Amino acid sequence: MAYDLIVIGGGLVGGAIAWGAARDGASVALIDQGDIAFRAARGNFGLVWVQSKGAGMPAYAHWTRTSAELWPQLSGALAESTDIDVALKQRGGLAFCLSDREFEDRAALLHRMHNESGDIGTRMVDRAELRTMVPGLGDRVVGASYCPIDGEAHSLYLLRALHSALLKLGGEYLPGRTVDGIDAFPRSFTVRVGAERFNAAKVVIAAGLGSRELAEMVGLSMPVVPSRGQIIVTERVRPFLDYTCHTLRQTVEGTVMLGDSQEDAGFDTSIGVPVLQDIANRNLAVFPALKDATIVRVWAALRVMSPDGFPIYEQSQRYPGAFAATCHSGVTLAGAHALALAPAIMAGELPERFDAFHSRRFDVPAT
Amino acid sequence: MFRRLETSADVVRFDFEGRTIIARPGDTVAAALLAAGEITLRVTAVSGSPRAPYCMMGVCFECLMEIDGAGNRQACLTPVVEGMQVRRQSGARGVL
Amino acid sequence: MTPVVVIGAGPAGLAAATLLADQQVPVLLLDEQPAPGGQIYRNIERAAAMPELLKALGRDYQLGTQLAQRFRASGAKYQPGTQVWQVTPQREVWFSQSGHSQQIRADAVILATGAMERPVPVPGWTLPGVITAGALQIMLKSSALVPDEPFVIAGSGPLLYLLVQQCLSAGARPAAVLDTTARENRRAALRHLPGAASTSEGRRYLAKGLAMLATLRRSGVPRYRHVTDIRIDGHDSVTGISFRADGAPHRVDARLVALHEGVIPAQQLPRSIGCDYVWDDVQRCFAPKLDAWGNSSIDGVLIAGDVGGIGGARAAEHAGRLTAYETLRRLGRIDGARRDALAAADQRARQSHLAIRRFLDVRYAPRNEILRPANDVTVCRCEEIVAGSVRAVVRQGCLGPNQAKAFLRAGMGACQGRLCGPVVTELIAAERGVPPEEVGYYRIRPPLKPITLGELVSAETK
Repeated sequence: MAYDLIVIGGGLVGGAIAWGAARDGASVALIDQGDIAFRAARGNFGLVWVQSKGAGMPAYAHWTRTSAELWPQLSGALAESTDIDVALKQRGGLAFCLSDREFEDRAALLHRMHNESGDIGTRMVDRAELRTMVPGLGDRVVGASYCPIDGEAHSLYLLRALHSALLKLGGEYLPGRTVDGIDAFPRSFTVRVGAERFNAAKVVIAAGLGSRELAEMVGLSMPVVPSRGQIIVTERVRPFLDYTCHTLRQTVEGTVMLGDSQEDAGFDTSIGVPVLQDIANRNLAVFPALKDATIVRVWAALRVMSPDGFPIYEQSQRYPGAFAATCHSGVTLAGAHALALAPAIMAGELPERFDAFHSRRFDVPAT
Repeated sequence: MFRRLETSADVVRFDFEGRTIIARPGDTVAAALLAAGEITLRVTAVSGSPRAPYCMMGVCFECLMEIDGAGNRQACLTPVVEGMQVRRQSGARGVL
Repeated sequence: MTPVVVIGAGPAGLAAATLLADQQVPVLLLDEQPAPGGQIYRNIERAAAMPELLKALGRDYQLGTQLAQRFRASGAKYQPGTQVWQVTPQREVWFSQSGHSQQIRADAVILATGAMERPVPVPGWTLPGVITAGALQIMLKSSALVPDEPFVIAGSGPLLYLLVQQCLSAGARPAAVLDTTARENRRAALRHLPGAASTSEGRRYLAKGLAMLATLRRSGVPRYRHVTDIRIDGHDSVTGISFRADGAPHRVDARLVALHEGVIPAQQLPRSIGCDYVWDDVQRCFAPKLDAWGNSSIDGVLIAGDVGGIGGARAAEHAGRLTAYETLRRLGRIDGARRDALAAADQRARQSHLAIRRFLDVRYAPRNEILRPANDVTVCRCEEIVAGSVRAVVRQGCLGPNQAKAFLRAGMGACQGRLCGPVVTELIAAERGVPPEEVGYYRIRPPLKPITLGELVSAETK
């Protein structure tokens, strides 16, 4: 039998596209690895974050905004289908500045983005105003940037809801499978996993860090590399935070996640105490009272980074029907992936707005 | 609920939720409270259900308590100290 | 750099540290208890002055006295009341004492963190008043406390009978003993009886076991056999226990229920370092992959005693010394031939103690009802996740415990999966129809013990 679409990669990107396509009536198979994989979706911080996304690439800024706007629809549809509440909260986001210098730099960035990509209500708030917004602010906090459309969601419930909703629509989830190869022809693909063969008219490569090799099999280019991020999560504490913060958020369960480190560590997912101390220090400068919160768990996960940090979406020229999809913001972009990208893929053509995300932007012109 | 096999003149007194608990040197906080008939040492943050020490050896984390102001101490691993202030944790702690 | 760090002051850790210190190797022993002995010889030093208690605990407990004395005399550096919260594959050991953390590096780390009781997920097991048999024994050892309200001891295995005997000699009479050992285990175990009786220690254990059972019979304490379908009754605390014995329903009033279904290695520390594990189908648990000298799959990380596979206190003591000899070799103090010669007696003694294992493991094999509880039974006590939820995600394609953890939060609470890990793996394996080995186990994340953000930032790095 042949599927309309095979998505390779059962993380947040692949899951969203698979569900979005199934929702449009496609027969979909989602191929995934096993229990232990470099699964960025499981290490995600859970931000639906807009304010600083896309400096230097307005198309990405707009794509991110589109996704934030589509998120309530995604969340509603998933809840209706699966009864899983992915805990979407879009009450605005804060990125704290711990010095005048940081405040000025942040203001300059937002000003530039405003000029490049338009107004989304982002503004700088000073310390006096910030104190009316959040409790227990540390002495070192000078101010913050604030964006009313920023938010967060429960990334793990999102992943589960996407898988669950896909199954409800008759899609197939095929875990425990590492793809050995793809036999590619225009609009006809055979995915090989051991002795198994899966056929489809379209294939999406959304395999995170595994995409690089798979992409080449179907004439795509996905030069992604890992960027390690470490995250600390605390015990459940009583709700204290209405807003989403760039390096800290309180989950719906009450646990506090602290993160946003970036390291070039290859495929090493071990944690390092000095980096964790940096993460904790910065967040304790913002909320000193958190020093008494107990750490329950720390972990490291690998972001999937393209050379410029922006997503890659493209259709193969050589093998039409093969698409690339990768980004490091699987939660933020889930709305757009499910409700805008997936329908475009099923229509067979990526509209003009995706041109900027083509990997040809990485081709260095010969001099 | 429990009685002592050996009686000793040495006692350690500490405060549990306003009640003075008379313990013996060498007791852990959890053992002393069980000996004093205090079974429920915490209330879960998930469903609000009462919990008591289960393993008494640091594995189950059911005896997490606030001891001398520090939260999430494992009462079964904490020896009693004269004058200690021990409180039950009911649901999620407030830190801010 | 400290040459050797030993973690855990039970028989294995004490024996290893003592031997190394006797050989003038600087060794630091870290332990979370306030005094040496581990759980098996817990409070051994203070108990020496309590005749009533010593009498109740029996002679084997007093074997710990000499072990502790030798350790104290050895000159090994000892830091009790210390919680190790991370060990890296590079042998950096992070530990917390009195709310302050620091790190040291070692040439060799010997993990001797012992065993834990197998989780016993039955309906009502989260009620206040339900404790483990081991917990009841710890109350006795460390505080000379025995129940004085109606209590029931339920489960299977040698520790269960030992606890009954200890309670009886302390004058605490259980309202009932519920023996959950499956009828069919008897025949299967008989095949291993000759092996058990083939060594002097094996025969001694058998005799001890028979004596314990005889004590129980003589006591007249109601004993129900082939017990299944245990349900602990109560709303805010235990009021009784319902069950079937040989198929017939029963109920016993009780304020306290002690459960026990054997012991399994404490996996947290070796797993968090990244040590390889193998599934032991007889002991029905994971155990680290070790060579004959206790070397784990990580260079310089050695494992001794029950944390490396259940063998009991005496075998652990010898295993501790074996890892110590191997550590001497690793440090260049002795060569391989010298190690082999020095270790021969301990190896023989250890084998003599281990001879009974197969018999015990088969005789008291846990039953499926415990390994894979019914859908409405809580498996993750911290996050309050029931077995049915685990089965449901497996049916949707979840292959292993890490995906289940992500989807359900099972294993994300304060105990970090210590109590639900074994059950979640079994549930997934059964639901998928594959062996537990294929399913795997939680990835264990630091910190292994609770530290605050404040303690993290002030941790001293060297």
